[in-house]
Amino acid sequence: MDYSQFLAMKQEIGLLVLFLFVFLYDTFMPKHALGCIGKVTCLLFGLFTLYGFCPSVIGDGVVDGFSGMYETSPAIVAIKNILNVGVLIVLIQSLKWTASEHQVIRRGEFYELLLITLFGMYLMMSGRHFLVFIIGLESASLPLAAMVALNKHRYESHEAAAKYIMTAVFSSAVLLMGLSFVYGLTGSLYFGKIASAMTAASSVNVVMLVVAIAFVMSGVGFKLSLVPFHLWTADVYQGAPTSVTSYLSVISKGSAAFAFLVILWQVFGTVYSLAWEWMLYALIILTITVGNLFAIRQKNLKRFLAFSSISQAGYIMLGIIGDNAMGEAALMFYVLVYIFSNLAAFGVIGAIENNCGKVSMDDYNGLYKTNPRLAVTMMLAMFSLAGIPPFAGFFSKFFIFTSAINQGSIAIYVLVLIALINTIISLYYYLLVVKAMFIKDVDEMTVASFRSAFSERLGMWICVAGILGLGLVSWFYDSLLCVVGL
Amino acid sequence: MFSNILIYFVVIPVIMLAGLALCRNIKQIRAVAVTGSLALTALSIYLLVEYLGMRAANPDAQMLFTGAWDWFKPLHIQLAVGVDGISVAMLILSSIILLTGSFASWKIDPMPKEFFLWLILLSTGVFGFFISIDLFTMFMFYEVALIPMYLLIGVWGSGNKNYSAMKLTLMLMGGSAFLMLGLIGIYYHSSADPSQLTWNLLEISKNGAISTGWQYFLFPMTFVGFGVLGAMFPFHTWSPDGHASAPTAVSMLHAGVLMKLGGYGCFRVAIYLMPQAANDLAWIFLILTGISVVYGAFSACVQTDLKYINAYSSVSHCGLVLFAILMLNTTAMTGAIMQMLSHGLMTALFFALIGMIYGRTHTRDITKMGGLMKIMPFLAVCYVIAGFASLGLPGLSGFVAEMTIFVGSFEHADMFHRVFTIVACCSIVITAVYILRVVGKLLLGPVQDEHHLALTDAEWWERTATVTLIVSVAAIGCFPEFFADLIRWTFNSNIFSVIGMN
Repeated sequence: MDYSQFLAMKQEIGLLVLFLFVFLYDTFMPKHALGCIGKVTCLLFGLFTLYGFCPSVIGDGVVDGFSGMYETSPAIVAIKNILNVGVLIVLIQSLKWTASEHQVIRRGEFYELLLITLFGMYLMMSGRHFLVFIIGLESASLPLAAMVALNKHRYESHEAAAKYIMTAVFSSAVLLMGLSFVYGLTGSLYFGKIASAMTAASSVNVVMLVVAIAFVMSGVGFKLSLVPFHLWTADVYQGAPTSVTSYLSVISKGSAAFAFLVILWQVFGTVYSLAWEWMLYALIILTITVGNLFAIRQKNLKRFLAFSSISQAGYIMLGIIGDNAMGEAALMFYVLVYIFSNLAAFGVIGAIENNCGKVSMDDYNGLYKTNPRLAVTMMLAMFSLAGIPPFAGFFSKFFIFTSAINQGSIAIYVLVLIALINTIISLYYYLLVVKAMFIKDVDEMTVASFRSAFSERLGMWICVAGILGLGLVSWFYDSLLCVVGL
Repeated sequence: MFSNILIYFVVIPVIMLAGLALCRNIKQIRAVAVTGSLALTALSIYLLVEYLGMRAANPDAQMLFTGAWDWFKPLHIQLAVGVDGISVAMLILSSIILLTGSFASWKIDPMPKEFFLWLILLSTGVFGFFISIDLFTMFMFYEVALIPMYLLIGVWGSGNKNYSAMKLTLMLMGGSAFLMLGLIGIYYHSSADPSQLTWNLLEISKNGAISTGWQYFLFPMTFVGFGVLGAMFPFHTWSPDGHASAPTAVSMLHAGVLMKLGGYGCFRVAIYLMPQAANDLAWIFLILTGISVVYGAFSACVQTDLKYINAYSSVSHCGLVLFAILMLNTTAMTGAIMQMLSHGLMTALFFALIGMIYGRTHTRDITKMGGLMKIMPFLAVCYVIAGFASLGLPGLSGFVAEMTIFVGSFEHADMFHRVFTIVACCSIVITAVYILRVVGKLLLGPVQDEHHLALTDAEWWERTATVTLIVSVAAIGCFPEFFADLIRWTFNSNIFSVIGMN
């Protein structure tokens, strides 16, 4: 065996080293040194994130390893870097929560579980063999259930964890079922070999193929919380600790979206119009519409963002349509912007929850009067999620629609029109939050004026900078287009 | 980049935003707002002078002061700017209304800083829209101009403001959803060579690569998209509620400038880029806008709230703008642009006056007021002048614009166009009815409420705002040929040769 192949996995190895360090630090360091485990992790993870931007890590061109089981390319490194930035923000925002009274004894677990799920996501995105993919998917899912249950003293947290693990296991089972069909049809689990087997055998059983793809799609769809596989989302988001919710909603989703793109095009790309084009259209329309319609009625902000993130996943899926590099870049850019916008919203929610435990939309009435900065941050996040210029969300929506329409058929115009009309619905409920904070008058403020912790402010500042800068500065999108080869 | 004068129409508002963010008290805020909008007005007048000089030297160029800087290069998105006579006229209009709007909101309360921040953000969008010739940047600025309305109405508005603000925002954004699809569609058909796609208006029009079939699909998208903002029937319902609830300066800017974005966009994007579809499908939209014109005027007759009257009158007048654009001939289109200027100025004047009257009497119901001519003669006289401009008295702007429109429309020899022209002409009479009704009830006659006797007339800042607007209205009325020449240049070029426009 050629051990130099491990050099292709620079980021995975780096992350593993980081994980081991945090694990050993947490296990063996004396109690007084544990106080700074959060900051140490943030710092090291920041360095690790920077490491991902080194030219030697990015590389030039596709590199295979382990006889085609593993692949890395500038685009894959780019999406990993995007997720790293998101994780860094999550880590910074969670500092106050992990140091809180109930969490302090469990904070080491939080960091370790988080890093190991991230490792799983890396494998999901880099794996080019379904076994590697499944290992990645499982290690990205199962530890998350433990993270969801970290609020040990809260009943909802347990319930959410139970629901999460049930659906995760169930969806894995469905996915494995689909994969066994794929194996039966083509005789391989390598992405490349499956694809070539499908092109070669003109007599592939179409019905079987459609069933297999549907199973695979629903398996990954659970992870991405696409409708109709979204039912766990709201309860889990609501019950989980806010930091875990934000991690679930952006990082887990972003990685699943990219993995989905890779699987659909690298494995099933040749049978796009034959087998799954209509499935994708239906999934997108359902996801965007149902997510939006349910979001309108939500009063709990975490549930609200759960449904909003469902519909955002639908928009992300638009990048998958029409196998083009533009779509891939638009998808990555959408994930990047979504990370910043959603984390800004979760940052505000977390800050207020840590301060006074309020998470209902009614508690935000008149927030601008008591906490103007938090209110403005939240407003920017909402505008960015709704796609209002000059904030980054506008650009990511515009680019993802542009890349989808590139395909050119009338059906795609209709699909995009439905998505666009849905942006109006989403604007309505995002404006409800803005309305609560800025317009509604209340006699008694539910949230008193307070100064949030430095770490929380730092996290929000990074997010606000991203919301303002990511779109207007064309460098970000241009470099993403560059890494996908445009 | 900064050697191009047009960039400063965006740079100045951005500097104003930064300046406002640093302001500590109301005086500084006023100073920033007035200085900035004066600078913009001066810049637009300077631009006019420069433009006239440049135009004489380059009679063939479609746009002057053009410049393009790559923004998102792989997608061919540029920050492309350029103006012709129409854009110059619109820039002057916007800066005047921003200036008078700043004066009209002299005593805005509460949160003056936030109010001006949103107002200036809105005008950044407006100015950026008028200087852009790149569809992407144009659309971006268009949306930038729309969203501040939500908070401006929601926070500082009156009456049923939550409902109105939400309705207005959602309807206008709904329009822009169609618009976005239309623009992306135009981009993908902008050139016969797939590697040469462009968002640049001038290049798209030069390429003429949008096939007739696609024009039939994309023209309604863009026309309806912009038409929603131009208050085209049946998408006008945001306008009365929105205007009625908005604070004074916002009503002024919205009716005066933002609704012009709709008309301008319909002309600049929908018709300019897709003349064939415009020619073939104009009849559908002529019917709709014809309904707007007459229906708006009739609705204004039965309202008792001053702002509703004026808002419906705006529906009628802005309908006339779209109506004239769809006539697709030089005279009517010149009239349409004149009508945009004229309506922008006089409706801003109306809303300013209504705001001033409302600020004193605390009612906008015309049945509860009367004899204001005795109490506040200055405001009352201004109101009469605005009314005369609106019903088309010669010497003021309304007459020139409407006259040109109807003459141009009647140039069509066929039955359909002539019947609709005559129907639209009726709106002049109906306008006279509602204007004179208000003048009679509100300004003349006995004083209805004796508390009103103690009210004072206009303060200096209010006088500044109204006099500026009246002078502008009279300037268009007295020197129409200057403005007509300015505008007509655009139509002289052969862009409409496809449809054999004369």
